[in-house]
Amino acid sequence: MTAGAPAREAARPDDAESRFTRRFAALRAEGRGGLVTFVTAGDPDPETSFELLRRLPAAGADLIELGVAFTDPMADGPAIQAANLRALKSGATLAKTLDMVRRFRAEDDATPVILMGYFNPVYSYGVERFLSDALAAGVDGLIVVDLPPEEDAELCLPALEAGMGFIRLATPTTDDARLPTVLSNTNGFVYYVSIIGITGTDSAADADIAAAVARLRRHTDLPIAVGFGIKTPEQAAAVAEVADAAVVGSAIVDRIAKNLDAADKARSGLVDDVLSLVSALAGGVRSARSDS
Amino acid sequence: MRSRAAPEGPARQGALSALTAAPAKTTAPPLNTYRAGPDEAGHFGIFGGRFVAETLMPLVLDVERAYTRAKQDPAFHAELKHYLTHYVGRPSPLYFAERLTRHFGGAKIYFKRDELNHTGAHKINNCMGQILLARLMGKTRIIAETGAGQHGVATATVCALFNMPCTVYMGEVDITRQQPNVFRMKLLGAEVKPVTSGSRTLKDAMNDALRDWVTNVSDTYYIIGTVAGPHPFPAMVRDFQSVIGEELRDQILDAEARLPDTLVACIGGGSNAMGLFHPFLDDPDIEMHGVEAAGHGVETGEHAASLTGGRPGVLHGNRTYLLQDDDGQILEAHSISAGLDYPGIGPEHSWLHEIGRVKYVSATDKEALEAFQLCSRMEGIIPALEPAHALAHVAKIAPGLPKDHILVMNLCGRGDKDIFTVADALGVTL
Repeated sequence: MTAGAPAREAARPDDAESRFTRRFAALRAEGRGGLVTFVTAGDPDPETSFELLRRLPAAGADLIELGVAFTDPMADGPAIQAANLRALKSGATLAKTLDMVRRFRAEDDATPVILMGYFNPVYSYGVERFLSDALAAGVDGLIVVDLPPEEDAELCLPALEAGMGFIRLATPTTDDARLPTVLSNTNGFVYYVSIIGITGTDSAADADIAAAVARLRRHTDLPIAVGFGIKTPEQAAAVAEVADAAVVGSAIVDRIAKNLDAADKARSGLVDDVLSLVSALAGGVRSARSDS
Repeated sequence: MRSRAAPEGPARQGALSALTAAPAKTTAPPLNTYRAGPDEAGHFGIFGGRFVAETLMPLVLDVERAYTRAKQDPAFHAELKHYLTHYVGRPSPLYFAERLTRHFGGAKIYFKRDELNHTGAHKINNCMGQILLARLMGKTRIIAETGAGQHGVATATVCALFNMPCTVYMGEVDITRQQPNVFRMKLLGAEVKPVTSGSRTLKDAMNDALRDWVTNVSDTYYIIGTVAGPHPFPAMVRDFQSVIGEELRDQILDAEARLPDTLVACIGGGSNAMGLFHPFLDDPDIEMHGVEAAGHGVETGEHAASLTGGRPGVLHGNRTYLLQDDDGQILEAHSISAGLDYPGIGPEHSWLHEIGRVKYVSATDKEALEAFQLCSRMEGIIPALEPAHALAHVAKIAPGLPKDHILVMNLCGRGDKDIFTVADALGVTL
């Protein structure tokens, strides 16, 4: 990891030099899949959350998804719902989340950071102002759960225009006829949601994931990350065998929840315990050879 | 297993309901009409749209295709008409509220009696339409969200009728204040799932229903209870509820030989109001008032008046006016009426508000409680707390209107479900 490199103000990398491209090229060179970790910004409190964020790369996170807290996370299961509410209770806002990324970028200029969440906080912030502030903070891409291709004019097209990555979710319900629509107007990587459902519930069978990744590869040259239901180093390893990266969210968020007291305050040792899970997941991913 | 196939033979002339009066294809709205929306992407002006997760998107497009086909299918309309007539009990009467008219001393007040429908509210108009559509789509399981429980009861009812398993999501807070409806749903064979997340009311019930739908897309149909959600739901629910306004047009012409001057309806999500207003939007002389719930008063922040106290945002599949903080976080609504306790409103209302075609006002808990008691004593009709908000507004404007002014209020639900809430508010122990 690069330490001490200054944040690049308003960087507008074209795809050839984006952090995504560089990171996935490096993973290919190492002959392995990557680990994408998800945490909600501000969960359980701003400082614990930042400490966790800054130490994720050293623990083995290759890409970071940072959840933007929202009151009504409709595609998330109980673990991430609770994380959203904890973050909001401790004062999380979109502006503070951008601040976290800015602080992170002052120390790490290589790890791609993706903001993941729902559209209303961004819409409320103002799309144009958000894109400019997020780029300046060092955000590389966006995943907005409730913006399907039908609503591309809202944020996706302005984001691509501004030089911000826009990562698409493809799902088991996205059939071959619809895939080209989903895979248009996107860059960075494709996030395959491996189950029909919400986060942190079921896990898909390895064979189904392999078949789905193969189907996606027929439609796109972008790297493919697979998420939803990946909880253990073994599952992460199995996914990394066939995909370019494995995304782990609810399991990490659950580990945060396990280290809270009755008032939802962080117990000492929270960050270390969560990072030990991340290290184990990274170990799983590193043990698997990617086929790409 | 009971078979509920389309009844033989009712595909007769006159079986076409209000639905056929709506434009069959939604293209660019022609000038001089307020009734052509939404556009193909589901937009009313900037409102509406399809803000859902990709997992749901193919299904939402399926619903749109199926509804577009059904709308043009006389057999679908005939079947719907059959059940609305013989099961729901439509048309609902138009009743001249003589004592209240004398009491207010101004406008002539009519009630459109949708509280006399089977299950006691307008909600079943929509449920009947949607369950017929779900059957056409081959879906085998139904889910719904409910606030006051009226939509849950109506959904459980049509599920019993058509022998389909039914799961209703209901906030814990609402379960406590609407016990009679919870028991009704269970009697009808539905599973009532308490929602413990967030504010534990209607908004959270809708979140959990959406989570269920995302998880069970292949066999499940989500009967959304109001004119909200992703396209085509706002337009489809409006179309199914427009039977209210279409009937009224004929009934008022019979009674008064002319159209009304003012229409009044309460608004939570706004389905009874859209159903009353929509058929009259292009009658320029008719004023329309939508009454939101002002809770303890809009100035206190404890209310459910999205248009009066909110601003545009995106929630539950559509862009509309929402109660939200500076960061775009959704605020908890408050109303004594569980059916109005929602921080959003149907997108078509947001559009009608912005273009000024409908006037949106509000009434407080206290005003609604007074109207509730007044209506019970003066007309022998115990109204639901929801239309009691509409009546509270009528009480404000009727006295100042001329005696030949015809005002029609949608009495969209009966108050049996609310007697415990009202007793509590009045300090009476039952």
